[in-house]
Amino acid sequence: MTAALVLIAVFTLATAAVALSLRNLIHSALLLIASWFGIAAFYLWAGAEFVAFAQVLVYVGAVSMVVLFAVLLTRRSRADTVIAPDSVARAISAVITGIAVFGVLGAAILNTSFARLSPAGVPPLPSGTGVSPVISAPTATVRDIGMQLMSTHAAALLIIGILLTVALLGAVVLAAQDGPESKQESP
Amino acid sequence: MSLDPLPLCLLFSSALFCLGLIGALARSNTILVLLGIELMLNAANLNFIAFWRYGPVTSPATGVMFVIFSIAVAAAEAAVGLALIIAVYRHQKNIRLQEANRLKG
Repeated sequence: MTAALVLIAVFTLATAAVALSLRNLIHSALLLIASWFGIAAFYLWAGAEFVAFAQVLVYVGAVSMVVLFAVLLTRRSRADTVIAPDSVARAISAVITGIAVFGVLGAAILNTSFARLSPAGVPPLPSGTGVSPVISAPTATVRDIGMQLMSTHAAALLIIGILLTVALLGAVVLAAQDGPESKQESP
Repeated sequence: MSLDPLPLCLLFSSALFCLGLIGALARSNTILVLLGIELMLNAANLNFIAFWRYGPVTSPATGVMFVIFSIAVAAAEAAVGLALIIAVYRHQKNIRLQEANRLKG
């Protein structure tokens, strides 16, 4: 159980790290798709099947295509997907910042006792026994999710629909060609 | 040292968040910066699912609801961000962040 989590985590982190350090944008995008697959595998591992399939549909299916289109539309020549190297000083300071943030977050996580967060029916075991308390996994079937979306969260669903409509129309307006004058400017 | 699954999940998501942060800070290509921000959003979603699975019992689908809405907002954000990148490219013929330093068209 935990070994599977470690495998998924190592796969996801390795693909994400390599993707963000490559200079070829197409390779970066494809490796990030693999990373999103790893995140979907984590959702499956945690028992959130619907979210896993939503992740695959939205990220692996839709966002990846938008990213690849953006990469291909913003290159100047056929071979222009390899970008120039970035400044080393910025990379070093970014890595130092990231490691510092991870140190703070990791120390906070490791020093927190999560035992009192366990469900009321399960007595928290003393730490260090090596046995994790058995927690009954919450189940959220697609039926439950649908019922909640249509009852408790109906307002949120409507708002998210309006948000998506407005955002996608705005994206089309932003990316569309303006008129004849901008066509004259572009070679 | 054996860790419970919940701290492991949280460590995983914080590592992913920091990778996204490093990517967003270190790269000067706008598309890669946007992808780093997407990774940070995904790390937040991992936290929702981890606490839903291992946290105190609440209404059965709370964490799943959070992540579904969060994925919807992230998809809208990615579409708008990439449209902005294409618009900037049309003006500047370049998507390096250092050269996109004026708002005048």
